[in-house]
Amino acid sequence: MQLSREALLRAYRQMKLIREFEERLHVDIQTGEIAGFTHLYCGQEAVAVGVCEHLSTDDKIVSTHRGHGHCLAKGCDVDGMMAEIWGSRDGLCKGKGGSMHIADVDKGMLGANGIVGAGAPIAVGAGIAAKIDGKGHVAITFSGDGACNQGTTFEAMNMAVVTKAACIFVFENNHYSEHTGFEYAVGTQKDIASRAEAFGMKIWRGDGTDFFSVFETMREVLDYVRVPGNGPAAVEFDTERFFGHFEGDPQRYRGPGELDRIRETRDCIKKFRASVTSAGLLTDADIDAVDADVMDAIENAVAKAKAAPRPKPEDVLEDVYISY
Amino acid sequence: MARMMYREAVLSTIAEEMERDENVVVLGEDVVGGNGTAGGPEAIGGIWSTSTGLYGKFGADRVIDTPISESAIMGAAAGLALTGKRPVAELMFADFIGVSLDQIWNQLAKFRYMFGGKTKCPAVIRMAWGAGYNAAAQHSQAVHHILTGMPGLKVVMPSTPADVKGLLRTAIRDDDPVIFLEHKALYGVKGEVPDDKDFMIPFGHARLTRAGNDVTIVSTGLLLGFCEAVADKLAAEGIGCDVIDPRTTSPLDEEAILDSVEVTGRLVVVDETNPRCSLAGDICALVAEKAFASLKAPPLSVTPPHTPVPFARELETAYLPSIPKIEAAVRKVLSYR
Ligand SMILES: Cc1ncc(C[n+]2csc(CCOP(=O)(O)OP(=O)(O)O)c2C)c(N)n1
Ligand SMILES: [Mg+2]
Repeated sequence: MQLSREALLRAYRQMKLIREFEERLHVDIQTGEIAGFTHLYCGQEAVAVGVCEHLSTDDKIVSTHRGHGHCLAKGCDVDGMMAEIWGSRDGLCKGKGGSMHIADVDKGMLGANGIVGAGAPIAVGAGIAAKIDGKGHVAITFSGDGACNQGTTFEAMNMAVVTKAACIFVFENNHYSEHTGFEYAVGTQKDIASRAEAFGMKIWRGDGTDFFSVFETMREVLDYVRVPGNGPAAVEFDTERFFGHFEGDPQRYRGPGELDRIRETRDCIKKFRASVTSAGLLTDADIDAVDADVMDAIENAVAKAKAAPRPKPEDVLEDVYISY
Repeated sequence: MARMMYREAVLSTIAEEMERDENVVVLGEDVVGGNGTAGGPEAIGGIWSTSTGLYGKFGADRVIDTPISESAIMGAAAGLALTGKRPVAELMFADFIGVSLDQIWNQLAKFRYMFGGKTKCPAVIRMAWGAGYNAAAQHSQAVHHILTGMPGLKVVMPSTPADVKGLLRTAIRDDDPVIFLEHKALYGVKGEVPDDKDFMIPFGHARLTRAGNDVTIVSTGLLLGFCEAVADKLAAEGIGCDVIDPRTTSPLDEEAILDSVEVTGRLVVVDETNPRCSLAGDICALVAEKAFASLKAPPLSVTPPHTPVPFARELETAYLPSIPKIEAAVRKVLSYR
């Protein structure tokens, strides 16, 4: 199905926003001003955006330790996210959560998560709630090729099937869990979706480096799961992570030239641009204008995060119901 | 004596014990690091550098890289231990006991007693714990109070490279499940370590790191160093502190603490777990029950508040006990009556 000019521009802007958000963090983290562990989503933008462009705020997502892309794609405020990662009082979680725990429940974003595999069961709960409410809303859990080995993920898949939860398991296979290759760690080699199928789910597969592949695949998945009574589904997207597992990872597990090659041939943003301009759907000028707009938004978010008030020591005891 | 880092003491002790006893096996996530990648096995090695080179030396049967499956890792350690092996399992972050607690608590810990004393369960579960890295609520926690409260587990908390060496060797040779807690902030700390390949420190023996007659301070991990700094500062003013590092919280060297309090009459316990049902509360209760007559002031504890660990630098700093907070507590027990 042909997307409108507005829809194309929006999807591109979302992907570019994630890309530049992460590229900027990659630079700023090296100054030492940003604390904590940060896992960048660069390279996987087409998955988050291709999924979330189908969703309303009533649809829920549950994310991972690599959550910035999912959060932005689901509509979390860029300034609030940047401020959170900078640990400021204006952050989406007031500086209490940081990169791994960004959440905005009002936007249907039920949290990034520092515990690998913790998100899937939460999405089952949200998917059961969606089923009970009967309005065709869904809950989506993003999991990596590493997270798919957790018992929590297996339990969640089976429970989603038996409860007919309106739940979608999106597996982002970026081929690595930390420093270990998925062909070593996933016994069903080269395949996560077949596991989901074995649990009794209808499955799909798509190219996670191609927005249109993700978007069209997700249209089918969502058409299926939104039908009351159909229950859950799973989809695996093959994708790439452009940075290390965390910022500071020396990445010695990569092959020679691997990073250059995936940046050259597997970049969802380059592919999108090439495909829409060659089809005459958007012009280079259209895209350059979005790029400029995104760069301004990021610049602005960083400036605000730096200028934002720092948390005060007494804030530690805010949002508790009892203190000792 | 050799000078080495805390993390090097972990690695070299495991290597020496693997050399000595072929039943010792290592398992955990990324302990080989690079399996299934272009870089190949040991391209990186474990994230704490506490297993570097083991795979090359001892091979895939004895250095087992696992998927991200903490429940199965802990359970496999239990099964290995029941069948004649001596597993040294790594839980990357202590916080992940949440994922794997059944296998630790209902399985490993209970076998010996529940099976009528008919089995050994020689498993070591190593885990990195503690705050100080702005790693936020799920990667910064202190969990020793939870594990210390579980019958059947021995809980070890080394604070120096020498203690790592002596206690880890004891743990690996011990026939019961041992939780071995490595504080993240100490991995880079250097110290002298005995060369003797049989150097062992028995469990249940505290270490007196500063001696004095006026106040007893009990602490472990990162905060032990803070307490020593306070003791050194007060020593210059003529105030003497006994600083006691329990080294193992189960078994706990009650005698060392009680003997000290009998002399000083004053106790401050400084600990990284939250205040309720904590190690600090436990030791204060011990002293109140068994050394009440010696006390000149109510025992005091210095702990984080009853909250998760917050992310932002300012918040985490405010959360953790600090040198000024510890000093204030010591002065408070000194000025009581
Ligand atoms: C329960 C748990 N175990 C281990 C970790 C450490 N850890 C963080 S991310 C990660 C790898 C996750 O791999 P994958 O699911 O493929 O996600 P990716 O990092 O590729 O996005 C590991 C082992 C964790 N955070 N939580
Ligand atoms: Mg992965």
